Amino acid sequence: MNESILSLLIFIPVIGALAMLVFAQFGGKENPDGFKWIAVFSTGIQLILGIWLYLNYNPTDTVLTSAFTIQKEWIPQFNIQYYIGVDGLSMPMVLLTAFLSFICVISSWKITKSPFGFFALFLLLDAGMMGVFVSLDFFLFYVFWEVMLLPMYFLIGIWGGPQRQYAAIKFFLYTLFGSVFMLLAMLALYFYSDPHTFNLIALIDTAKTIDATLWGYQIKYLIWLCLFIGFAIKVPVFPFHTWLPLAHVEAPTAISVILAGVLLKMGTYGLLRISYPLLPGEVYHFATILAVLGVINIIWGAANAIAQIDLKKMVAYSSVSHMGYVILGMAAVVSNSKAGAEAGMNGAAMQMFNHGTITAMLFLLVGVIYDKAHHRYIFFPTDYKDKALAGKQGFGGLGAQMPIYSALMAMAFFAGLGLPAMSGFISEALCFIGGFSVDTTFAGESSIIRVLTIIGTLGILLNAIYFLRAFQHVFFGKLNEKYKELTDISLRELACVVPIAVIILILGIYPAPLIEMIAPTFSNLIDLIQSTPITGI
Amino acid sequence: MSISIFTLFLILPLASFIFQISVGKRIGRNSHWVSLSFIFVTLCIALGNLFSEISHHSDEHTSNLVFKWIDLGTFKIEHGFQLDSLSAIMLVVVSLVSFLVHLYSTEYMKGDPRYTRYFGFLGLFTFSMNGIVLADNLIMMYVFWELVGLSSYLLIGFWFEKESAANASKKAFLTNRVGDIGMFLGIMTIYFFTASLGSATLSFDGITALFQSSFSSFSQSDITIVTIAGVLIFCGAIGKSAQFPLNIWLPDAMEGPTPVSALIHAATMVAAGVYLTVRIFPFLTPQSLEVVAVVGAVTAFGAALIAITQKDIKKVLAYSTVSQLGYMVMAIGVGAYQAGFFHLTTHAMFKACLFLCSGSVIHAMHHALHHLHDHKTDPQDMYNMGGIRSKMPITYASMLIATLAIAGVPLFSGFLSKDMILAGTLAYYHAHHGWTIILPIAGFGAAVITAFYMFRLIYLTFHGKPARKDVYDQIHESSLPMAFPLMLLAGLSLAFSFTFNLNPMDSHGWFTHLISEGINVVGLNMSQVIEGIHHAHHDAMIISLTVAGIGIGMATIFYLYILINVNKLANKLNFFGLYDLSFNKFYIDEIYDAILYRPFMWFCNLFSWIDWDLYDQKFIDFWGWFTLKISDGAGYSDYNWLDQKLVDGFGKITNKFGQGLKVTQSGIIQNYLLGGVLGFVTIFIIFKAF
Repeated sequence: MNESILSLLIFIPVIGALAMLVFAQFGGKENPDGFKWIAVFSTGIQLILGIWLYLNYNPTDTVLTSAFTIQKEWIPQFNIQYYIGVDGLSMPMVLLTAFLSFICVISSWKITKSPFGFFALFLLLDAGMMGVFVSLDFFLFYVFWEVMLLPMYFLIGIWGGPQRQYAAIKFFLYTLFGSVFMLLAMLALYFYSDPHTFNLIALIDTAKTIDATLWGYQIKYLIWLCLFIGFAIKVPVFPFHTWLPLAHVEAPTAISVILAGVLLKMGTYGLLRISYPLLPGEVYHFATILAVLGVINIIWGAANAIAQIDLKKMVAYSSVSHMGYVILGMAAVVSNSKAGAEAGMNGAAMQMFNHGTITAMLFLLVGVIYDKAHHRYIFFPTDYKDKALAGKQGFGGLGAQMPIYSALMAMAFFAGLGLPAMSGFISEALCFIGGFSVDTTFAGESSIIRVLTIIGTLGILLNAIYFLRAFQHVFFGKLNEKYKELTDISLRELACVVPIAVIILILGIYPAPLIEMIAPTFSNLIDLIQSTPITGI
Repeated sequence: MSISIFTLFLILPLASFIFQISVGKRIGRNSHWVSLSFIFVTLCIALGNLFSEISHHSDEHTSNLVFKWIDLGTFKIEHGFQLDSLSAIMLVVVSLVSFLVHLYSTEYMKGDPRYTRYFGFLGLFTFSMNGIVLADNLIMMYVFWELVGLSSYLLIGFWFEKESAANASKKAFLTNRVGDIGMFLGIMTIYFFTASLGSATLSFDGITALFQSSFSSFSQSDITIVTIAGVLIFCGAIGKSAQFPLNIWLPDAMEGPTPVSALIHAATMVAAGVYLTVRIFPFLTPQSLEVVAVVGAVTAFGAALIAITQKDIKKVLAYSTVSQLGYMVMAIGVGAYQAGFFHLTTHAMFKACLFLCSGSVIHAMHHALHHLHDHKTDPQDMYNMGGIRSKMPITYASMLIATLAIAGVPLFSGFLSKDMILAGTLAYYHAHHGWTIILPIAGFGAAVITAFYMFRLIYLTFHGKPARKDVYDQIHESSLPMAFPLMLLAGLSLAFSFTFNLNPMDSHGWFTHLISEGINVVGLNMSQVIEGIHHAHHDAMIISLTVAGIGIGMATIFYLYILINVNKLANKLNFFGLYDLSFNKFYIDEIYDAILYRPFMWFCNLFSWIDWDLYDQKFIDFWGWFTLKISDGAGYSDYNWLDQKLVDGFGKITNKFGQGLKVTQSGIIQNYLLGGVLGFVTIFIIFKAF
């Protein structure tokens, strides 16, 4: 079991997709619900395996000592391996992926347009995500990274909203643009390292010894830049973020959940898995820029969210803001205070998980109201097609009409604005504490990251503004007569949202399970980076 | 008392919240018994704890119930309970007012469609507030600090169908968050400062002990850091206790149900800011205390000025609360630590009483107007009341006692605490001279105004002729669940309740026995401060008696005997715009709206335009367009030039050539022969030539 569990996690969805293919040939046409059941079954098993993995996972193990690690030859001619494993960095992401995939399948129950295609593609996407999070070989990582793209393209492009094709092609090309840089970096790492390898663990030792220049620049510096562009597009880091609102708004609910909940984390995951351990010296030089970009993300994302009139777009921009916390927390690795570096790095990792759950809850809930009212405007745009509604409030007074839904939405909003007792507060506070600690780096240079963090704390206020504003206009005030027939949230929808809400609350009050999972790994990573002698670029 | 029993202060109110939210609605009105009994139990424990604290008082306090919250290796946050006299008294204040408000609400909120939810929210509030009181460190306090913000948001917006209530709840939460940013930054500053001293801590006792041992070695820049940290943490108090310049949310918060105003926005939550300042007092440097004192003085005086002209009974009380909170803050600022906390306690009793009395009046007015099918008249406007003292004797008597207390009349609790504060400001002036004269002036000035506007309220509401005879006839005294809290709180507004001491001028009693004069470990000489207050005490008492007399007297002349026409006076004063300035709250809301809110929203919309319409649609999509154009161009040149011209060109040339050669294939043998000969000759010549 130990040996095969990670492979099972990746390939069970693939088996599910193949089963659908068979099913489609034998009676699937008449019985489209069968596809849903296959999807529930596959993601369900995956989730159970994920929980089993979590229960048997020993946080003090590294991937080298872990019983779950598998290392097998794949393409020996190029030293490419099937090398997969979990540590404190990937464990929460694996759980998040399995959990959200299962929830998303249930939340997509009402898909009527070609359920076979939808669920089969969804399972392939699931496999790709899982693969990315367990790969320890760069080539394998890259393959899974690209495997994800195609199902995503079709899921947005076919099942999305009115502008789905534009959104899908934009998402696809933008991400592919980033992949090119990542491919370059991967090949550079392969050819400059001695011996040539894609093995990410082996590269920890060899990559930092690369000593070559290209056009007068250290090659390591260029590799870092390429990796950064590749990952930054996924996060998305300002100014590569504009594919996100469009893709999130046009994607169907479940896909928005996966996009914001899991896919964005791959960017920061990649930075932490590849850039950080492989190129610690460049991390040091880049930390200030990371902090600048993180703070811009926080403020710019929130300021844009304030201006949105579409609930889903608002939540999408809030993701930009919340991912900024992760970037800021990651920059704190250069702190001269051990406690500060720990707070920042663990905060970043926790924020990746917590944002995954919170934003999933937000998108699911926005999806609920969209299914009922067929729009999700806080205010109708001034050029709305129905002139009588243009510029008017979209909802209003739903608090009395849909009490359970409003309570859940209130919880999601307050989790989003970082209220204590919700998981988001702890991770956001830790990211700030980490950033704030950096007035001197571990190499003894003074740093502006503290000042940047002080500016960033404005996010505490800005994030509250748009959530409360939206809450007021949707739920408070007199009930909009048009919606007095609206029913409260259904049981199936509750079944999707409540588990997420429970996790948000538990981790907000008692974060130890999450912390214990990740802290040892990050302690090692911080030591690795801080023990690197710092040289000029 | 075993320490684990204190967890009940959190568990019981939280259980009440969960109960009411989950099953309350199904049970209906009777579910309030659950909340009432839960809060009553906490009240009993709090009282028991206070009595044991009084009987075995010691300055030693230890907390051994530690909850490991975050442990990252080096970075740790642990929570525990701070059990000392301060928290013992605060727990009684919170539990008592909370219980009375629960009881009062069973009548006041009768028939509300969200009755059980209301009790749930009260439970959530009590839980969070107890958390603040018991917090032994700054992070734990911040956590519960935000949670009381949440319960305040939910309760202000309880009648969310009213747009004004929805706006007010949002405004309260956001204004508080401004202060919270400062508080959070201050917490981080303190954390990394203590870390640089070798022992990172955020617990109140830990920081105090650390500074006590290392203050002598502080450099000037260390003192600056501690000062900045102190002021930043105090920003949280500015928000929560509605101090200038973040005072704008509290008057709007009166949109909530009146019992909520009594509990949250008068007695307990808004006092949390003062409680926080008391907790951090030991490590507030003299420089940061100066800031605290000035903020308090400005607030105390400014808010009192606004209260004079308000017509809504709850608005008067709201500004009065802001002003009294300013007193407490100012007291701490001038080093009169004991006085500040004393006033917090006495104020909690008499202000809760005042609010509940006003609620009783509003309730009666509301029912009277409802009975008359009059939905236009404002039941909260004092100018619609008048003369109802004979109709509501219990309310009148309770409110009068509480008013005497707030006005600072001997025999009533407010006199004792206010007098101590004023002595503190005088002593501060004696010690520092110069600009610090504004502190006693603000203090005594606000005392005159307070006495004036409170008696104006009493006279307009209860004395004189009824403004509306028909309404007056319908007014009834409230029933026992509402009347009992009034009487109890009125009793607790007597000086005797705080001293058990028959001398009305002497504040010594159980309270001063429990609450020490405070310590300060970052440069404030407490013994000098205490000495100064002791000396100033006599003068302060005489002046404060005089000013209270002046205020009450003026109100009596203007509003009871109407010897001077107030409207004419107001018109005269308005020559300088003074009346308008006060009535419109110094236009602070309008100023914030014009210089902060509107530009801010404008910028957000601009950013959104830049982000989407400009950057994404024009710049990013330009590359898509550009690539398409290049592809078009490439496609065009590929087909039209490369393929059609070049590749096909070869074909055409070959074709043409072939066409040309075709004529040679004439089929005439002579021509072929001629060609053969010419070819032969040519080859021969070429070979010959080279």
